[in-house]
Parts: sequence; C-alpha cells; structure tokens
Amino acid sequence: MTSLAPPPAVGLGQRPTQRQRAFAERAARTVRRRKVFNAAMLSVLSLAAVAATLPLIVVLAHILRMGAGSLSWNFFTQMPKPAGETGGGLANAIVGTLILVAIGSVAGLPVGIGAGLYCAEHGRSRLANAVRFLSDVLNGLPSIVMGIFAWQVLVRPMGHFSALAGGAALGAMMIPMVARTTEEMVLTVPNALREAALALGYARWRTSLTVVLRTASAGIVTGAMVALARIAGETAPLLFTALGNQFWSVSLRQPMSALPLQIYTYAISAYDDQHALAWAGALVLIVLVLGISVLARFVTRTKGGAGAGD
Amino acid sequence: MTAPTASTEAPPPLTIEGRSRGDAVYQGAITAFALCVPVLLAAIAIAIFIAGWPALRQFGLGFLTSSAWDPVQGQFGAAPAIFGTLVSSAIALAIATPLALGVSLFLSEFSPLWLRQPVAFLVDLLAAIPSVVYGLWGIFVLLPLLRSPVMPFLRDTLHLGATGLFSGPAYGASMLAAGIILSIMVLPYIASVSREVLYAVPRSQREAALALGATRWEMIRQAVLPYARSGIIGGIILGLGRALGETMAVTMVIGNRHELALSLFAPGYTMASVIANEFSEASNDLHLSALMAVGFVLFVMTLIVNAIARWLVWQVSRRASGTAA
Repeated sequence: MTSLAPPPAVGLGQRPTQRQRAFAERAARTVRRRKVFNAAMLSVLSLAAVAATLPLIVVLAHILRMGAGSLSWNFFTQMPKPAGETGGGLANAIVGTLILVAIGSVAGLPVGIGAGLYCAEHGRSRLANAVRFLSDVLNGLPSIVMGIFAWQVLVRPMGHFSALAGGAALGAMMIPMVARTTEEMVLTVPNALREAALALGYARWRTSLTVVLRTASAGIVTGAMVALARIAGETAPLLFTALGNQFWSVSLRQPMSALPLQIYTYAISAYDDQHALAWAGALVLIVLVLGISVLARFVTRTKGGAGAGD
Repeated sequence: MTAPTASTEAPPPLTIEGRSRGDAVYQGAITAFALCVPVLLAAIAIAIFIAGWPALRQFGLGFLTSSAWDPVQGQFGAAPAIFGTLVSSAIALAIATPLALGVSLFLSEFSPLWLRQPVAFLVDLLAAIPSVVYGLWGIFVLLPLLRSPVMPFLRDTLHLGATGLFSGPAYGASMLAAGIILSIMVLPYIASVSREVLYAVPRSQREAALALGATRWEMIRQAVLPYARSGIIGGIILGLGRALGETMAVTMVIGNRHELALSLFAPGYTMASVIANEFSEASNDLHLSALMAVGFVLFVMTLIVNAIARWLVWQVSRRASGTAA
C-alpha cells in the first residue's frame, strides 16, 4: 500500500515521477466516484419526490373517475334508500355535514380566536406558554379519543345521541388549530399600528378587536377555513355522537347524518349500489374539503396583500 | 363640532373608568378562552380515565399484556390492539420517512425554484383528504391489489414467506394494508416539518461545505442533515403520533381481529379501530369500560409522543432564531 500523503508537487519543467502519477490517478478516481455517487443519490431523492406526490394523484384520479360515474342530480336531492334498492341520494348527509360543521364553528371559533389573542398578547407568560404547548398536544390527539370523550360527557348524561354532541366534538377539535393560527397571524400585525391606535386614545380592548384583529383577519379566516376543512371530513368523532341517520332530520337534539359517516357505512356494506353512493359521497366530500383548503390559500394571497396596505 | 374632521367615526369616550372596565372585561374573556385549552385536555384525561377505571381496576397491568378479548366471558386484554398499533405505525414510518425526507431534501436543496410551491402544495394536500376517503380507496383499490399480485409476489416469488413476516393466506385486509394506508397519511406531516426545518438551515452551512469541495450529496450528508437532525426526528415522531391514532382508514383495511400474529399478512387490530368497531355494540358495562381504558392508553401514548415531538421541533426553531439574532 502506497502512502496516502500527497507526494511533493511536480516542479517546473520536470516530468512527474511514478509516485506522483499514481497519486494523480487515484485522486481523479476518487473524484469520479464521488461524482457518480452524488448523481446517484440526487436521482434517488428526485425519485422519492415523484413517489411522494404519486399517491395524491392516484387516489384523487380514482375518486374522480368512480365518483363522477355515480354522481347524479338525485344524489343531492334524494334520501338514502333501504339497502338493496337502487337509486337514492345523500341529501340528508350533505345538509347534516353543513349543520355539524356550523355547530362546530360556533362552538370552536370564538374560543380558539380568544385563546390565540391571549397567547399573542401575553407572549411569554406562563399560561400563554402552556396554552401554546397544550394546543399542539391537543392537535395531535386522535379524533376517536375526542369522540369517546364527547360520548362520555354529552351523550351518556343526555341519554341519547344528538347532532349537538357531534358538533361539540368537532368544535373542540377546532380550538387548538384556530388558536395557533390566530396567534401567528396576530403577531404579524406591526406594533406601530397598535401604538397608533393607543396613542389616539383607543382602549386596549378596542385596539385589539378593531385594529389588530381586523388587520390580521385575512390570516385568521384562512386558519379558520383550514380547520373547517379538517373537521368537515372527520368521521371518528361523530361515530358515537351524531351517530348518523337514515332519515331527514335537522333537529339538533336528534341523531344526524353526515357525509363521512354515510361513506363509512356504505363502504363496508355488501351492496354495489351503496358502494357507488360511497364513491359519489367521497367525491363530494373531497370537493368540499379541498375546495375550502384551496380557497383558504387564495384568501391569504389576495386579501393578505391588500390588508397590509390598508 | 366646528372643525371638520377627516374621520367619520366619533372618537371613543376617553373616560379612564370606562376604558379600564372594558379592558378588564376583554382581558377576562380572552383569559377564560385561553384557559379552555388546558381545561379541555384535563377534562378529556379525567373523563376517559374515570370511564375506563372499572376495567383498569379489574385487570390491572394485565390489561396491557393479556391478549384475551372475550366480551362474553368478560375477559379483556389490550395486548393485540397495542401490538397492532405499534406494528402498523412502524410500517407506516418505515415507508413514509424515506419518501418524506427525499421530497423535502429535493425541495430544499436542488429543485428548480418554480417546482417548489407546486410540489409542496401537492404533498400537503395529502393531509387534507379525509381518513374515511383513504379507507374507501383502501377497500376497493389497495386490498384487491394486495390480494393479487402484491402479496403472492412477496410470499412466493421473492420467497419472503420463509421469514415469517410475509406468510399465510393473502386475504388483503391485513397489518400490511394498514401500514401502507397509514404511510400515505403520515407522509405529509413528516414532509412538511422536515421541509420547514431544512429551509431553516443557514446558507452559510451549505456554502462552507461546497467551498471545501463537497459534492451536493456530501453537503447534504455532512452539513445539512446533521444541522436539521433533531427537527427531522421531531417530524418523524409527529408522524408517529398521527399514525398511532388514525382510526377510520385503518379500521377499514386492517381486518379487525384480536390476534397476535407475526405475519404482516394476518389481519389485526389497532387501539383506535377496536374502539371504532366495538363501541356502539358494547354488550355490557365492562366491555364499554375496557374500550374506554383502551382509549385512555391511546390518549397517554399519543400525549407522550406528541409532547416529545413538539419539544424537539421547538428546540430547533429556538436555535435557528438564536443564530439569526
């Protein structure tokens, strides 16, 4: 084995020695090997990038194809038919999802926005730190746990399943999501705006609600919409609270149907007709959920720019 | 008003008392809202613990280790569900982590700028698809695909059946199916955290490596990844937290059987899917309490996992803001 230390440099007008030539060759080989390895690893990473975007395209394309095939006007206007009968729609489930999401927002948005404001205004206080951390923890909590919690504290004492309990479970899920985005957005409001309002004699509460919150509104709306999109697709918190309903019902004290619940029921059923309805339901749910998410991005991009100039 | 003012709105009353009263109400309100978060978490813990207490008291630690689950005989052990939860999550992470890291590194290190936004958007969108929709896709696309050709191919053509991991009949509905579905679902979480962390690695770190003659890959390997390591681990643990608690999609493809099987082809159960599947049919109070106890174990597990993940990610972001200041 020759020594790894480089030989002395080739002098001017001298011919390289044997050892010098061998060293140069070895160095060239190493560089080549490193370059090849580099190219190989970069292609692996690019392949991984392609592979990571593939599932979305595959899943979406399949749902689009299956869903579009079984989607009809009846789907939006008719009620579910008993198993085994053809036709029918999911009118009650669509309305149910809208009502449940509305209850969730009414319960979850004020609390989430309030908690976010608190965190933003009390930056490093102990409660603010705790709220921030616990919101993140709460955010990662399995939704089924939220479901059995709502069952235990709402359904069990009331003695029956109800839309109210389902909406409350969804609302509780919104709180940590909305709190975190609200805080983030409020912190982007320049302090000068706050100081200007205070200097004009505005009370602190009025500054917060009419100046700070309003300036941050575009971002907060976006955060709220992302949270809405997420709870609209949730099934697990509704399984033992809203339960689902085969009939038309808009009573908040009765069990209520929801799109995700119907998709679940139909997906595990034995009838082809119900499978078709499940695909159509999935398509509608996806359009609803992705529609809200994409719209949310759009809101930030357009209103966010204008809002900063106000 | 004699002088014309630019503002159409009358200025607010300037009495000190009025202002401080309003401030007190406002502060009280947002403090109450903020308190909702810890109170909610505590309420969840307490309510589920109380509901699960009868089963926990009756079976003690054996609840975690016993694999008997017989509602008729009143025997409940959560071992198969805990095992299934851990195994399906492990499969999910094993598949999702390399892909998520790959796409994040691609975006942060050498993708053309115009590709960054759209690719990141597509990956993030994976997280927006509802769990039940993944389940539907799993039942009608993934399971038939696994039944043939994937499972027979793994078992017979590649002769992996001998390892015991890929043996037994190819039903489709299995631990493997749950792991695959989960991997798609946790991918966006790992990817978005590691992307943020990689974006936060200072330029100087990369430039130094390149200036020393490193190739791009060597730069990634020796300068970028070590800097971002704890944040990436945080992202993976965050993904683990998601995988542990995913309910609907897993329930629809895992086969739902209380069984401790080594083979990934065998049907199994996860904690979340036991609850989803049996809760509404719970035959007696002890069964219900056992399900609540499973929920409590799941709650504690995800709580710990999430706390660790958040702590790791925070560490990195604090260090990043520290160097920027």
